Amino acid sequence: MIEVKGLRKSFGPIVAVDDVSFSVGQGDVLGFTGPNGAGKTTTMRMLSCFLRPDAGTATVAGYDIIDESVNVRRNLGYLAENVPAYNEMTATGFLKFVCDARGINGSKRRQAIERIAETCSITGVMHQLIGTLSKGYRRRVGLAQTLIHDPPVLVLDEPTDGLDPNQKFEVRKLIKNLAKERCIIVSTHILEEVDAICNRMIVMDRGGIRADSTPRELREEVGGSLDDIFLTLTTGETAGRSDAAKPEPADAREGGGQ
Amino acid sequence: MRGFLSVYKREIISYFSTPLAYVFLVIFLFFSHWLPFQRNFFELRTASMWLFFDGLPLLFIFLVPAMAMRLWAEERGSNSIELLFTLPITVPAAVLGKFFAAWTVLIIALALTCPMVLTVSYLGNPDWGPIVTGYLGSVLLAGAYLAIGSFFSSITRNQVIAFVLAVVGCAVFLYAGSPTVLGVLHRAFPMGVVEAVESLSFRGRFEDMQRGIVALRDLAFFVFLPAGWLAANIVVLRRR
Repeated sequence: MIEVKGLRKSFGPIVAVDDVSFSVGQGDVLGFTGPNGAGKTTTMRMLSCFLRPDAGTATVAGYDIIDESVNVRRNLGYLAENVPAYNEMTATGFLKFVCDARGINGSKRRQAIERIAETCSITGVMHQLIGTLSKGYRRRVGLAQTLIHDPPVLVLDEPTDGLDPNQKFEVRKLIKNLAKERCIIVSTHILEEVDAICNRMIVMDRGGIRADSTPRELREEVGGSLDDIFLTLTTGETAGRSDAAKPEPADAREGGGQ
Repeated sequence: MRGFLSVYKREIISYFSTPLAYVFLVIFLFFSHWLPFQRNFFELRTASMWLFFDGLPLLFIFLVPAMAMRLWAEERGSNSIELLFTLPITVPAAVLGKFFAAWTVLIIALALTCPMVLTVSYLGNPDWGPIVTGYLGSVLLAGAYLAIGSFFSSITRNQVIAFVLAVVGCAVFLYAGSPTVLGVLHRAFPMGVVEAVESLSFRGRFEDMQRGIVALRDLAFFVFLPAGWLAANIVVLRRR
């Protein structure tokens, strides 16, 4: 349901994503990992039609991200990294706006909002201003925005970042439940999360794909835990040093986070 | 125009659910009524709104950019632009939705100046033509300033920069037609340039409308000039 062919994006002299290709099918949950600045967010922003690629293209749910971007956005639920929302609105008002923009009206809108508030456990904060919500609730309101139109394709940029362990568990369970008839890309720094919810895994580094496989195959190929594999693939250092600090390259380039 | 109405509605709700619209309305109504009286409205001894309309272009130079500066700079600053443009909303629909919502607030502000109209009609027998065309001119002038402000708001994520650039932009278009500027230009440039600059200015056109003259070319100017700025606004946002 997602076909990516040779995507490339640079910000000035910095090449954030360089010739990235992969595909994700229905029922797949793809774990997108890599150090900060690897190009994960930029790739996801291109898939969600927020950024226009310099070269290459992709199709999402059969629609081209450049020529048919409105159709792509209609079929896509996108949760951005820092969960942008309108702080001066209440959660209800915000979700109403999202429904309007997505053409969900009248009684359907009321039902959709009730259903999603239940799913994302935000019923208690629906009348609070988004700007006053805690980080966890804010992210769940963002998740509600992402899921409200029941999209066939989901792109989630670090959906569990900033959540407490219980909330993380809930969100992972939610993603797993959603996976069956959908196609989901989840970016994360937490490798145990990849193990818990993903059946596919892509490791990105410096704008390119270093590995595209399943967590199990990677373990067999490279050996060691996922942390070791991550270290080997993104720094070239040998595995077996998983005690060492997690690789956060000092030269992590800012471009990838744009 | 997918998404125009949803953006328009959201903006209107946002203006009136925060102090933004109220603060704007109070400040605008205070100054728009205070200026004519401060300039000896009664000593004019005519029941006309000339002094009221005459003060508006200058008042708008500060108040309209204040209204416009948040349109896109805030959206960029808080990153909600990423949300907006990953919803199935096209760039022109979003630009027009925001523009018309802000313009609606400005039109409400102008409508609330009706006590001024009541005052002149109580004091004497005003000539209604210039009052109607004066209001028409004010609405169009506000729209033109707003389009300039919306453009400058889209090129930065800093609202202060957006405000300052918009004030300068509006001032250029207002004062380009003033005798002082034209006099200076006349010394250095051929007549054609001076006339071109004068024709780009809001000043003469707004003054004509104040006097009750509505020319088709002035109306066209007040449609095409904002349309041009909004088109530039769309181009800037498409290149994000």
